[in-house]
Amino acid sequence: MLNKFPLWKNILVLLVISLAVLFAVPNLFPDDPAIQISHENNPITEVDLGMATDALRAADVEYFGEEVTDIGALIRFPDLEQQLRGKAVIEQTLPDGYIIALNLAATTPQWLQGMGATKMNLGLDLQGGVHFLMEVDMETALRRRMENILSTIRQELRSERIRSRSLELVGESEIELRFTDEESRSQARSIIRDGYTDLQVQARESGGEYLLQLTMLPASIQQMEMDTIRANQTTIRNRVDSLGVSEPIVQQQGPNRIVVELPGVQDTAQAKRILQRIATLQFHLEANAGAPSTSYEVYDYQGQSIRVDNDVILQGDRISNVRSALDQYGQPQVVINLDAQGGQQFNRITRENIGRPMDILLIETRTRTVLEEDADGNMVERQETYEERRLISHAVIRAALGREFVITGLSGQEANDLSLLIRSGALAAPMYFIEERTVGPSLGAENIAQGAGAVLLGYLLVMSFMLYYYRLFGLAANLALMINIVLLVAIMSIIGATLTLPGIFGIVLTIGMAVDANVLIFTRIREEIVSGLSPQNAISSGFDRAFSTIVDANLTTFLVAMVLFTVGTGPVKGFAVTLMVGIMTSMFSAIMVTRFIVNIIYGGRAVKKLSIGPFIKAA
Amino acid sequence: MALLKNDIDFMSPRKRRLTGIISTVMLVVAILSLAINRFEFGLDFTSGTLIEVGYTEPVNPEVIRQQLIDAGYEEAVVVQFGSDQDLLVRLPVEEGEDEAMNNEVASLGDEVLALLQSTSDTPVEMRRSEFVGPKVGAELAERGGLALLVALGIVMLYVAVRFQYKFGIASVAALAHDVIVVLGVISLFRLTFDLTVLAALLAVIGYSLNDTIVVFDRARENFRIMRSTDPEHILNTTLNQVISRTFVTSLTTLMALAAMLVMGGEAIRGFAVSLIVGVTVGTYTSLHISCNFLMYLGITKEDLAVPIKEGEELDPMP
Repeated sequence: MLNKFPLWKNILVLLVISLAVLFAVPNLFPDDPAIQISHENNPITEVDLGMATDALRAADVEYFGEEVTDIGALIRFPDLEQQLRGKAVIEQTLPDGYIIALNLAATTPQWLQGMGATKMNLGLDLQGGVHFLMEVDMETALRRRMENILSTIRQELRSERIRSRSLELVGESEIELRFTDEESRSQARSIIRDGYTDLQVQARESGGEYLLQLTMLPASIQQMEMDTIRANQTTIRNRVDSLGVSEPIVQQQGPNRIVVELPGVQDTAQAKRILQRIATLQFHLEANAGAPSTSYEVYDYQGQSIRVDNDVILQGDRISNVRSALDQYGQPQVVINLDAQGGQQFNRITRENIGRPMDILLIETRTRTVLEEDADGNMVERQETYEERRLISHAVIRAALGREFVITGLSGQEANDLSLLIRSGALAAPMYFIEERTVGPSLGAENIAQGAGAVLLGYLLVMSFMLYYYRLFGLAANLALMINIVLLVAIMSIIGATLTLPGIFGIVLTIGMAVDANVLIFTRIREEIVSGLSPQNAISSGFDRAFSTIVDANLTTFLVAMVLFTVGTGPVKGFAVTLMVGIMTSMFSAIMVTRFIVNIIYGGRAVKKLSIGPFIKAA
Repeated sequence: MALLKNDIDFMSPRKRRLTGIISTVMLVVAILSLAINRFEFGLDFTSGTLIEVGYTEPVNPEVIRQQLIDAGYEEAVVVQFGSDQDLLVRLPVEEGEDEAMNNEVASLGDEVLALLQSTSDTPVEMRRSEFVGPKVGAELAERGGLALLVALGIVMLYVAVRFQYKFGIASVAALAHDVIVVLGVISLFRLTFDLTVLAALLAVIGYSLNDTIVVFDRARENFRIMRSTDPEHILNTTLNQVISRTFVTSLTTLMALAAMLVMGGEAIRGFAVSLIVGVTVGTYTSLHISCNFLMYLGITKEDLAVPIKEGEELDPMP
């Protein structure tokens, strides 16, 4: 028994260690404060970048490493102050439509980046920022939809001269129609059956009255909820862009919630105001040739300049539903439904303007930062709001349009996008903040320092003890522990996990518990020596016999960590992640790496005595 | 081989009576405290608003509280947090606001912060601001309770399958014992019970289980290889074999936790304390309680008989 790994095992251990080092290394390079410039519609060119850097030079802001990348232009700054000043300068220089976001640019060498080696993501509790959980008010969305349907049904019955006693919304989402005679009811019923496929109709008699109860089909409700949350998500994403945040997260959670994470944002009040703001939608006609230049504005639409008449022919709040669909020939189209009043209004105007193009504008209120001199001559930042109008559709009116009309001539993707944009301007449901967690930048930095301190102190304590208690074997365990941490960091970086403060404490706990496997092995080795085995045999048997115990013990802890991961939220999830990753890496390092080191020390030669602590005498 | 010179008789009737009494006392105190003191639930579960602010000089919480009361925030709670320059302000969600969702509740923190900044002569820094709506609070509490139960259930199942059902019951009993004692300590010392403490509780389950599994693993091995048929003797030998490892591992874990407590600052205190208590109790449990449970359940050599040839038993490798 000589305790030597076969060659492949040695190579495997060395390979894993070197890969781990490679993928953990990016975490050692501090990021540069940077500004990222992009544009809503067009790619960024060297010209845009040149404009920005000229302005920076003129304003005496230091910068370096400017470049145009796939995701926009990137300009680096020596410190945070220059970065903030730079942002204000660039915002004033570039026209509206550019998105200027604070960012952190990696300084990892190119060849490492090329291999996909990146840093761990830091959670909001470490880098500062806001986490919002917003709930979309589906009940209100549904009620509005039913109110709309009710108003159109009312008008339709009137125009068909069907008499009714009462038409009203009862409860949250049920329409009740009362008729005095059965004939009126059956006429109404057939109209509804033909025109409103989303509705479920039930007939009932009560006190001499003939009733119809209309509810929305469950499948339609589900569809509506899906459309609504997607529209709200689009709205939020648009707003978030105007906040100038690098790497924001806007994510659906469950059927009716949206998570918004904004790293680096501190002014939560402003962020909330912006997220809550409602976009609006307007229908306009294209200006006639020869119209005075004061009566229209020019907008860009897919590279064309379109002159949009100033008169609003229809407001977005008249829209009752919008969806993208395929027409009978399989061509994509966007179907828009208006409410009764909107339908009348629209019919009158379109009838007179057949052949003339119609434009849809999406209007968003945005905020920008401007630098101003205050009374004392200091430069201060001020928030300024402005309206941003975007032409989202330009289509020729082919016929007199009514309550339902379609926009055609779009690709499938365009139809989807357009219906989403119209929805976000006209049909976004109200949203409520149901959870908010904000961490200031100083607390974030403090959390990192405290976390690092705890890891270091914990490591030193455990290491000294192991060295004292297990001597040379303790040294092997300590080296393995160090490699364990490198491995853990590498895996966290590779899987793109987010490191949170509880996550760091998960690492500390892992340090404490990771040596357990080594303790189990070393205790076994000591036992084997006492029971009379030779040192080499004791090492081998100690590792082997401790193996199943180690697996059992770690597997169960892993299961518990998985439960924690499944039910936990936010930071707690971060704890569960490091715990899970830590369990896996510590098993590898305690079993494979320690054995590897012990083999280097003792393997392949005659050994009389093991340096495994003062509490036993080798047999 | 062992940390201690002589073997300890863990399983003697006297010892078992003693540990029985100790555990009973701990459990009774814990349950009484849970019944009387209840928990000081954190924002995660109670809902409401919390802001942590930093002043540049020492500040009196009472003065700030008075300012808030004057401004109409009667229910504001103001306490020092970590140092005399840091304050924590808590505002509950008011009655009747449970149902009506509105964004005014959510902006309470912003209002209070603006108020504090306008009434102070020195700069007031926002360090942390949290708002948890009533719905979210209730959900987090529900999911937390569920997590504990699911974790215990999964553990029982795993141990029952991997070992034997008596071991499964004993390990869960030991875990429940630890969880109740830790909960008792949290309640007794009025530590804030929030999501991180819940995470700590689950970590305690993981740790304590780890300990118990090591004991059971060795017990299973000994039941199979030792000649003795006396469970008491077998279990006692087992405990003496693992005690050194149990102590060393608990010691290193406690060292890491102590580092966390010392360096981690105020926000992580509840987490660190719960884990320290949990690891300590877990160590006691795995040495004194889990094997006793096996005895009560009447574990015998036959329970662990392996239906394969003798030769296989010499090597416990799977």
